[in-house]
Amino acid sequence: MAKNPAAMPDPENAPSHCAGAFLFAAIRPERWRIPGGWFVLLLAAWVSGCRPLPRADLTVLNGADPGSLDPLLVSGIEELRAVLPLFEGLTRPDPATGEARPGLAERWELSPDRLTYTFLLRTNAVWSTGEPIRADDLLYSWRRVLEPTNACQYASLLFPVRGAEDYLLGRTRDFGSVGVKAPAPNRVEVTLANPCPWFLDLCAFQTLAVVPRGAIERFGDQWIMRNPPFSGAYTLDFWRLNDRIRLRRNVRHWDAGNTGCEVVDLLSVSQPATALNLYLSGQADVIWDKPLVPAELLPELERRPDYHTFPMLGSYFVRMNVTRPALADARVRRAFSLAVDRERIVRRLAPACTAATHLVPTGTANHRPGEGARHDPELARRLLAEAGFPGGRGFPRLSYLCDSSGGGGARMHERVAVELQAMWREQLGVEVGIRQMEKQVYLVAQRQLDYDFSRSSWIGDYNDPNTFLDLFTSANGNNRTGWKHSEYDRLLAESQRTTDPGLRSGLLARAETLLLAEEAPVLPLWFEAGFTLFDPAKWTGIHGNLLDVHPLHSIRPRGAPAAAH
Amino acid sequence: MYFLRRILFLVPLLLAISLLAFGLLRLAPGGPFDRERAPASEEIERQLRARYHLDESIPRQYLRWLGGAVGGDLGLSLKYRNHSVSEIIRDGLPVSLALGLLAFGFAFGFGVPLGFLAAVRRGSWSDWGGSFLALVFICVPGFVVGPVLVLVFGLKLGWFPVGLWGAPLQAVLPMVALGLYFGGRVARLLREGMTQALQSEFIRTARAKGLGEFSILTRHALRLALMPVVSYSGPMLADLLTGSFVVENLFQIPGIGVFMVNSSLSRDYPLVVGLVLLYAVLLLVLNLLVDITYGLLDPRVRLD
Repeated sequence: MAKNPAAMPDPENAPSHCAGAFLFAAIRPERWRIPGGWFVLLLAAWVSGCRPLPRADLTVLNGADPGSLDPLLVSGIEELRAVLPLFEGLTRPDPATGEARPGLAERWELSPDRLTYTFLLRTNAVWSTGEPIRADDLLYSWRRVLEPTNACQYASLLFPVRGAEDYLLGRTRDFGSVGVKAPAPNRVEVTLANPCPWFLDLCAFQTLAVVPRGAIERFGDQWIMRNPPFSGAYTLDFWRLNDRIRLRRNVRHWDAGNTGCEVVDLLSVSQPATALNLYLSGQADVIWDKPLVPAELLPELERRPDYHTFPMLGSYFVRMNVTRPALADARVRRAFSLAVDRERIVRRLAPACTAATHLVPTGTANHRPGEGARHDPELARRLLAEAGFPGGRGFPRLSYLCDSSGGGGARMHERVAVELQAMWREQLGVEVGIRQMEKQVYLVAQRQLDYDFSRSSWIGDYNDPNTFLDLFTSANGNNRTGWKHSEYDRLLAESQRTTDPGLRSGLLARAETLLLAEEAPVLPLWFEAGFTLFDPAKWTGIHGNLLDVHPLHSIRPRGAPAAAH
Repeated sequence: MYFLRRILFLVPLLLAISLLAFGLLRLAPGGPFDRERAPASEEIERQLRARYHLDESIPRQYLRWLGGAVGGDLGLSLKYRNHSVSEIIRDGLPVSLALGLLAFGFAFGFGVPLGFLAAVRRGSWSDWGGSFLALVFICVPGFVVGPVLVLVFGLKLGWFPVGLWGAPLQAVLPMVALGLYFGGRVARLLREGMTQALQSEFIRTARAKGLGEFSILTRHALRLALMPVVSYSGPMLADLLTGSFVVENLFQIPGIGVFMVNSSLSRDYPLVVGLVLLYAVLLLVLNLLVDITYGLLDPRVRLD
């Protein structure tokens, strides 16, 4: 029954018993005379509970949160960079050049037929717990990569090893048939299927690093969070999602005396503006990925002494779907490629990068460029006319697929699409639409050949043209153009068999000519540039290199002694 | 009886919500393991999906998930494959809760006085100024307020850190960025409520009895005027406590707001369902609390 609304509500008689003292106190009207009182109380309680972390010796802005720190599961650049200091392989990348240097293996020998490597492990190679790292640990780690049920996305890196592909694809269940053996506790023998000039680079790759069997078998999926032994220069102190990965120097690492910093934070930041704010306000020392600064500010940053840029093995290009009737004709594909003014796109959209006429970046080892793509609108128009579309008349309306990348991309892909659209309209008289999709949807569309033109990029895994050219062989899952060419497959296969470096680069050059100048299922745009932001007056040991790897152990404050411990 | 009924009603509601969240996301193309780099073979991809039971039919997957969820196991995240959904929520929720409560306090701390003042001095300059300010706070979105705060108080003046979480000072800018909008809403609601309350009969009676003006305003009018604010507090708190994508992203705060958005972008099915359920539970519980509070504020309301 409702009381008389005109009656004066008496706050003193409010029913305090029904919902607890807290709620009652919170709504007692007289308390609202000081509405800030509650807030102050709350603040005080929270502040007293705060325990700020001590600042790390080195704070790096690493990029988005890694999905994992397990070498088996990582594939993104920010993941690979976070794993590199934790686990080491037979070799490890040189901080300056990125080339493979002795890691857990002290030295190695290559047989005269270039097919057998014999690695000798260091006597002082131990886990962070102090137990020795043996050849068996390496065998376990590589087998884990190849185990089909583990579904490692990078497992194909091991394909140069004899029998590895058969084991991964389940053609054999006998690991003894794979060319990795441990004839002695400190000796690893690897037999290759074909000579592989980049094999030592592979041994330094994070996926092939040595991981602790005991912890993995005991803790399963979450072993990395259960304080396992580490084989790298650092150990994992803690990993808080969306905040940071805190690393601590592994004092038992064979090269611990040369590790530059005691505690390192890898901050997980995906917003470029936030990353730059943290850097500019001194809360971070290094930014080492370009998507981590706002693209609009790059021209400004380029003038600063702490801006460092360098060429790297990355290629930005366009895939064409040759299963579309209009794009089945090589002349049409070449016309689209010839109509593009790459210099102009790079000048306007990616000034730090270099316009690319090839797929394999300049400076790649063992690379002799073939004939590449060109800018020749005249020829482009002629080819299109020959194919039956003079002045673009009668050409079906196609579309350009790109992903709306969140964060760092700063709508770069969309702007590239608009430039290409304009060039094709002006030079060929062809109207191409733009189809922008969320990243995961875009990936599926590309894989299922549900596109006409598609934005693409590739970062080299190792320093050899093979990491780029191999993509477009018929059987490669990364081909995604529908383009199958037996001559191209033959050239690549032959290049992998030959032991003569000169012959090999010739075969690859021929393949690249076929891919870019004659058949043109892909259209190269530019070579990526690597990028770091740090104050060279404060830090040493951060270098630019083609593989864009930055081993943490070499980074130290300027003036600090090499062996500080 | 009333509460028992309300709580019992939660069970089918949560089931329906989880089923909807579970099914809807699977309608979206793309899966959690689609990457730039293709797996070595179709077989490898099949193995990968089998490992996380993604190869089963959706009803079967749902039942499997439900079986775990009843026992408190929300499954492994598919994006953060070393973390379980429960762990992610356990680590992130306290941060979002702390920030949300701070922002809630802040919103009330300036929204209530602002609305109060505007209503009491209706038609004066402080009314115009206050109402205008409240409107500005409502209209300007967080992704504008945040960067401006960072630019002025973080980078130019250097008073507060521009990001990260842990020290009290680091909470100031995110709290303001998050709380301003809600403060503006509170101020406007309270002004409306006060204006109406001051015209009602019991206030006239109080005045006729000769009560002091201050006592009339705070003890009698404010109490009634708080009703709309309180009913707004439920959804507001649920919004604040589950974190804000924009603010957590901008200030790099390890809460769960970022996951709310990113988990569905990366098709992290278990994490999406876990977070949707969390939000649903919070919203339902807070609404229940709001209903209780009605009864306490206004003696005319009866819950039975």
